[in-house]
Amino acid sequence: MTMRNLALTLALALSAGPALAAPPAPAKPTPVPTPQATATDTPEVLTGTVTDDSAWQSLGIYIPAFATNIDTPTAASAGSTTQLGRAIADVITGDLKNNGLFKPVGPAALPAVPIIQITTPDFPSWNARGAEMLVHGSVQVASNGNLLVGCYLYDVSLKQQLVKANWEMTPADWRRAAHKCADTVYSRLSGESPFFDSRIAYIAETGPKEHRMKRLAIMDSDGANHRFLTTGQAMALTPRFSPDYKKIAYLSYLNGRPRIYVYDVESATQRLVAETGNTTFAPRWSPDGKWILYSMATAGNTNIYRVSAQGGAVQKLTDTPGINIGGSYSPDGHKIVFESDRGGSQQIYVMNADGSDQHRISFFGGRAGTPEWSPRGDQIAFTHIAGNLSVGVMNIDGSAMRHLTDSWQDEAPTWAPNGRIIQFFRTEKNTGKSSIWQVDLTGRNERRLPTPVDGSDPSWGPVRE
Amino acid sequence: MSSITNFRVVSTALLAGVSALTMSACAPKTPKSLPPVPAPTVSPATPAPAPELPAGPVPGSQADFLAAINGRDTIHFAFDKYNVDAESVEILKGQAAWLAKYPAKKITLEGHADERGTRDYNLALGERRASAAKAYLVSLGIDAARITTVSYGKDKPADPASTEEAWAKNRRAVTVTID
Repeated sequence: MTMRNLALTLALALSAGPALAAPPAPAKPTPVPTPQATATDTPEVLTGTVTDDSAWQSLGIYIPAFATNIDTPTAASAGSTTQLGRAIADVITGDLKNNGLFKPVGPAALPAVPIIQITTPDFPSWNARGAEMLVHGSVQVASNGNLLVGCYLYDVSLKQQLVKANWEMTPADWRRAAHKCADTVYSRLSGESPFFDSRIAYIAETGPKEHRMKRLAIMDSDGANHRFLTTGQAMALTPRFSPDYKKIAYLSYLNGRPRIYVYDVESATQRLVAETGNTTFAPRWSPDGKWILYSMATAGNTNIYRVSAQGGAVQKLTDTPGINIGGSYSPDGHKIVFESDRGGSQQIYVMNADGSDQHRISFFGGRAGTPEWSPRGDQIAFTHIAGNLSVGVMNIDGSAMRHLTDSWQDEAPTWAPNGRIIQFFRTEKNTGKSSIWQVDLTGRNERRLPTPVDGSDPSWGPVRE
Repeated sequence: MSSITNFRVVSTALLAGVSALTMSACAPKTPKSLPPVPAPTVSPATPAPAPELPAGPVPGSQADFLAAINGRDTIHFAFDKYNVDAESVEILKGQAAWLAKYPAKKITLEGHADERGTRDYNLALGERRASAAKAYLVSLGIDAARITTVSYGKDKPADPASTEEAWAKNRRAVTVTID
């Protein structure tokens, strides 16, 4: 399989459908194919069919333990450099496997690799094992105690290095080096933007349905480095990570009054998003982190407001009787998709970021809510309510709606940073038990994200710098 | 009609049990404080509690409120609706009469939705229901300043089941007095 074919196959398998695979074109409403895209090949993709994934899923990616020149103790939780080499390869294997992207072979099934082979792989023996792609890497400790992690991807049959990268990380951040390497491999093979080195804020739920404890919690994209941020004394709902991961806007019932707070992750302090006597809810950040949207109820009507993330003057963006709520910015920050029942039922609308030109885009029956604009700009994910609740996607003009999930209650989609995977939460009938799930845009690779307790309201942040 | 009345009583009893459990897990000012704890309403400073006090709730208390309105502290709504129907009107009139009698008492109206909707929307819907109940009480002459509203959306069901019957119970606004 040549690389060109491979890349095309991946693009086919990963593509959302009609609105294809152009890199995000931030300043324009419609993605435009860029010159370097394989323009001659793309028309076949534009038919909107989703191709079979078996060819690329079975691609043989082999990931032996990362090598080290001398086994050295580190401050990392995984242990010495030798132990880290194994742990990092495990994390990469998990990333590539768990999202249904590849079927990699991890370090447990593979021999150790001498450090000399990291840059000069033993291609014949890997070829004999059936490897098509080979990931090598190294772990060392720098003089300042930081970890130096190298990452190399080889095409075994071509005997060619496809990409190499290296990072310096604090020992506490060792998993980030693994995610960065997985991102490098994924991006090189798929042509897509990275997404593994990212974090998720969500609501951890425990207890019976009528009086469930709901706590603010955060974790890495693979569920590691999990932390509870609130005690559960006040119910917490609908968190949203700021783009720089320093803050979380969320709804708290502190003192029995539901209002949005902006929680500072480092200092563990919080402040009200706006000083108002009214209920505020459904917080959302602008892509540049400078603005927060929130919804406020006044005498039964709910409207959407915008305030600087630093606080200050408030701008009312919607002004109709009924319920206007939520809001998700387009990646360029020019438009906002939101939900409103001004037409008689809960539907999806788009407006300019200043509140002008509000118009409905959902016209496919049932009700629709919680719209989220893809980081690529080309799609909107939302909850479709037609009896059951399911996660759907549509073009930004409301066309080409399709369901990605089919369960009793799947709601509140949030996009992976590269716009290729959607996370949402699923609620069980009767018990009310909730869990966090991921699905890719084919709708076929669905998996449950492991969380220590039940989870809801996931919010996926961008790839870390 | 009698079956509906019974249903309401059962629903109230359920609510009472539920909220008693909820108290421990919730914010300090968790509104609904049923069932009334036989609280030490007599302050330590009071020298001698009158031994021959007639049995019954303390006038103006939450227990007194519930007794006066026959436990009908809850009104219900149709799916995705927030209008106050004829039955709710009667219930709110009963509550207003008690509130007129104790003009210093304040109340919270807790709005709820059933689980068949998204979390955000249901928070807004619960708020709308609580506000509709408030507006009706105000129209009966109750000072708006005495009434606060709070929505729990679909996150505090009275009945945890996923059935039409449970959903009907959960689409509600509950009136709770504040001490």
